[in-house]
Amino acid sequence: MLNFFQLILIYAGIYALMAIGQNCITGYTGMLSLCHAGFFCIGSYATAIMCKTFGLSFWLSLPVAAIATGLVGLLIGIPTLRLKGDYLCIATLGLGEIIRNIATNVNPVGYNSIPRASLFGYQFASRNKLAFIVLIWVFVLIFYILFQQLAHSRIGRAMIAVREDEVAAQSNGINVTKYKISSFVLGAAMGGIAGCMQTAYTLTVQPGSYTFMVSVMVLCTVVLGGMGNGKAVILGAFIIQFISYLPQLTGLTNVIPAQAKQMIYGLLLVVMMLWRPQGILGRDRFRYGDPRTRREKIAAFFRREGRNAEGGAV
Amino acid sequence: MSTLTLYMQYIVNGLTLGAIYSLIALGYTMVYGILKFINFAHGDILMVGAFIGLLVYTALTGDAAPGAWTLSAFFIAMLVSMIACAILGMLIERIAYKPLRNANRLAPLLSAIGVSFILSNGAAWIFGTQSRRFPYPFENDPIHIGSITITPHQIVVIVVSVAMMLLLTFFVNRTRMGKAMRATSLDQSTSQLMGINVNRVISLTFAIGSALAAVGGILAAFDFRVYPSMGTMTGLKAFVAAVIGGIGNIQGAMIGGVLLGILEAVGAPLLHIPNGMKDTVAFAVLIIVLLVKPDGILGKNEREKV
Repeated sequence: MLNFFQLILIYAGIYALMAIGQNCITGYTGMLSLCHAGFFCIGSYATAIMCKTFGLSFWLSLPVAAIATGLVGLLIGIPTLRLKGDYLCIATLGLGEIIRNIATNVNPVGYNSIPRASLFGYQFASRNKLAFIVLIWVFVLIFYILFQQLAHSRIGRAMIAVREDEVAAQSNGINVTKYKISSFVLGAAMGGIAGCMQTAYTLTVQPGSYTFMVSVMVLCTVVLGGMGNGKAVILGAFIIQFISYLPQLTGLTNVIPAQAKQMIYGLLLVVMMLWRPQGILGRDRFRYGDPRTRREKIAAFFRREGRNAEGGAV
Repeated sequence: MSTLTLYMQYIVNGLTLGAIYSLIALGYTMVYGILKFINFAHGDILMVGAFIGLLVYTALTGDAAPGAWTLSAFFIAMLVSMIACAILGMLIERIAYKPLRNANRLAPLLSAIGVSFILSNGAAWIFGTQSRRFPYPFENDPIHIGSITITPHQIVVIVVSVAMMLLLTFFVNRTRMGKAMRATSLDQSTSQLMGINVNRVISLTFAIGSALAAVGGILAAFDFRVYPSMGTMTGLKAFVAAVIGGIGNIQGAMIGGVLLGILEAVGAPLLHIPNGMKDTVAFAVLIIVLLVKPDGILGKNEREKV
């Protein structure tokens, strides 16, 4: 049981990393991309090849994986992002399948016994799950903060403007294509980083594990929590992984069919769209023109929290 | 065999493949023409159609030897599957898309992905993931014309697809309902003002598109076998065909399908692409079309109005 909870924590972290990227693409810029499985795959393979064939350390292959995935995102983004969103959706779905197709045909067995990641002499072994939980969630925290900063910056506001109305954004001097492509590349790179983490944990890479289902799970994560909301995405990752491990947690692996969780994901997408399209937590609120400095805002935040804890009025 | 006849053979194979793509592409293009939205679940309706066709066909014929009865059973199975898929298509539209008609652009797409996922995994749950062969309802001895070989199943595929496309063209161009359909795709609110029941037209569009997908699924089953995820790649390629022809244009979908089929059959051996990477061809074609002529062969250049 504890084992499964630890697994949920690890995979929720990996999916949260991917979902942060997907949120940047879909939540902020409003483009429906469906190939996070492909980016995940490229990141994993890049890490595996760097670690195993070239003997690089995990810490060096992490940026390589991110850059390689970002480059693929750039290559695919330039032709497709100039067009309407619907095309992007299918083009990226195709890309995800093609990446898997190429991976299967070039190396059907994948890679095994990839060297472990190590930090200051400590080796991250797969059986020591606690170390991985810490490692992965440190990364989630770092990228959460980075992407929150991005969303609240000039770039983030431009992305949101593109999401709301491309024509209006363009007439206000925003280079729509530039922001679409940069958002796509950033999102793709996050998929690569998640793939790198996955490889460091499982130490094997197989083309069979990067199916369309992964992309749908990531999309579900973002939609469930709330598109365009950093915190919501992490909540979504937990819920999705919880559903994923539900048969094992309840001990009903024999009763619940293997397809049940996929059907739940599909159902979640439809139901969320029909009844709560903004997700569980809804969109992030942006306070424009707030004259307070960041320090004042943080202080105000903690004052309010404190008063809440005492049961006083807010 | 000389190179020329070899390529003639590839073109014949490509035509068969292309006819199937055309049938499926019609569903994408008709829905896009009216709702400006890609029906993601279309590929999975094709899969459901193939499964229903297979089940009805095996139930009717059992182990009967190919003959007149199996051939008629094949067409009965096709008809049943068309009706079932038409109803399924309308139901999906009513439940998952209709409430989202005025929502933002992403909502129906996401809902469609959800429906597609439910259908393919539901089928995997009910029928299992192994692939099944669709038995030929006739003796499938190849016929030699000169040095080109053609099998009866290829002839059936081409004849059935052409018949379906002629029927559809007649329906859209000559009947009252077809006229309403064309009007709705031009301007939804104006046609509503002219007394057209837009909801009924949309329902009908989904029904026709899904019925054509069912035919496409059954015909594709001869070549690709029947399995729960058969709709993903076939549907994707049919969408590429619709884009090549100009999405929203019915004639375009037919031309695009045939063109893609031939490109795929000829392109892979011409460029020495290994068989496992064949799917990459269709995708490369999509990217090239999007770069060079995003409106497709017959599409109109649509500009977003402010």
